[in-house]
Amino acid sequence: MPVSAVNSQVVFDALKASGVRLMSALPETWLVHLIRLADDDPDVTLVRLAKEEEGVGISMGAHLAGVKSAMLMQNHGFLASINGIVSGAQLFRVPLLMLISDRGGFGERDPWQTEGGAVTEAVLNALRIPIMRLDNPSRVEHQIRQAQALASSSNKPVALLLTRDLMWEES
Amino acid sequence: MTRIDALRAVYDRLDGCAVVTIMGAVAAELQSIGHRPNFFYLQHAMGLASSVGLGIALSKPSLPVVVFDGDGSVLMNLGGLTTLARYRPSNLLHVVFDNESLLSVGGFPTATGTCTRLAEVAAAAGVPRTACANTIDEFVKEFSAAQDARELTTLVAKVDAIGPAALVTDLGLLENRFQFQRYLHTR
Repeated sequence: MPVSAVNSQVVFDALKASGVRLMSALPETWLVHLIRLADDDPDVTLVRLAKEEEGVGISMGAHLAGVKSAMLMQNHGFLASINGIVSGAQLFRVPLLMLISDRGGFGERDPWQTEGGAVTEAVLNALRIPIMRLDNPSRVEHQIRQAQALASSSNKPVALLLTRDLMWEES
Repeated sequence: MTRIDALRAVYDRLDGCAVVTIMGAVAAELQSIGHRPNFFYLQHAMGLASSVGLGIALSKPSLPVVVFDGDGSVLMNLGGLTTLARYRPSNLLHVVFDNESLLSVGGFPTATGTCTRLAEVAAAAGVPRTACANTIDEFVKEFSAAQDARELTTLVAKVDAIGPAALVTDLGLLENRFQFQRYLHTR
């Protein structure tokens, strides 16, 4: 499978370095290594979800209890989480660190991903959620640290888009 | 059994617990009995009260957590029962007030009034302890037993479909949220 194990490790290490100790996830192809790393790490609590919106509630509870968390999901998982984000995290001013695999853009070969890819950034913008694209492994740690800082200081969700260039090794 | 009588009957047993409620009648009634810093009212985000409770319970394993959920909210997040069951935090007590309707938004009947039995749904999802209560005495007995059991429990309490006249209280959402966070930091 051409998902980048090396760059998944870079993202995982950066999340841990930024203080994340709980990760919620629902599997998708680009996230398989990240989820396995979280599952294997005794310092990280991995919560496997039935649906991504649950992760909003879990991250809210973790934040109120003083634990930094991250949500690992596909862009369709983000789309499935919107009410929780708006009427949970945004209404109650709770930071969310959302790592969203940005499927369905240029280079996508799965027809079923293409509609989600076309609307993800527009929906994030409509929700006024700040976005950074992670595409260069040498900048990932810095970007995740900055995202964590803004989420904490603003008490609001932020989105880090995991791009094809970062996560997929097929040329 | 009315929900407010059930809440009154276990109010003293909420001391030292992180308490998360759903929106609407449950939140307004608990506040009418007496707000405390350890109570958080999730005034929206329907379905996620149990997920918030799970996040707290996993983050503070020694802190007892009580979630006051409702049938309409649980039905919106049935998958969440499978996640609760999977991680089965022993410090979480999940109470579902089942009035067989979406009372706070007009009384639309839910599926629990015709066919769906939530305690059995929770048990089938893998929640290790489940219980039902139809009277105040049963509710207090099962609530106390669940607290003593130190095992994830879903307790379904059948209650009348009546609630308070007003749902908005004078406690601000953010005031409640930050007060609750500060409470958790002391635990």
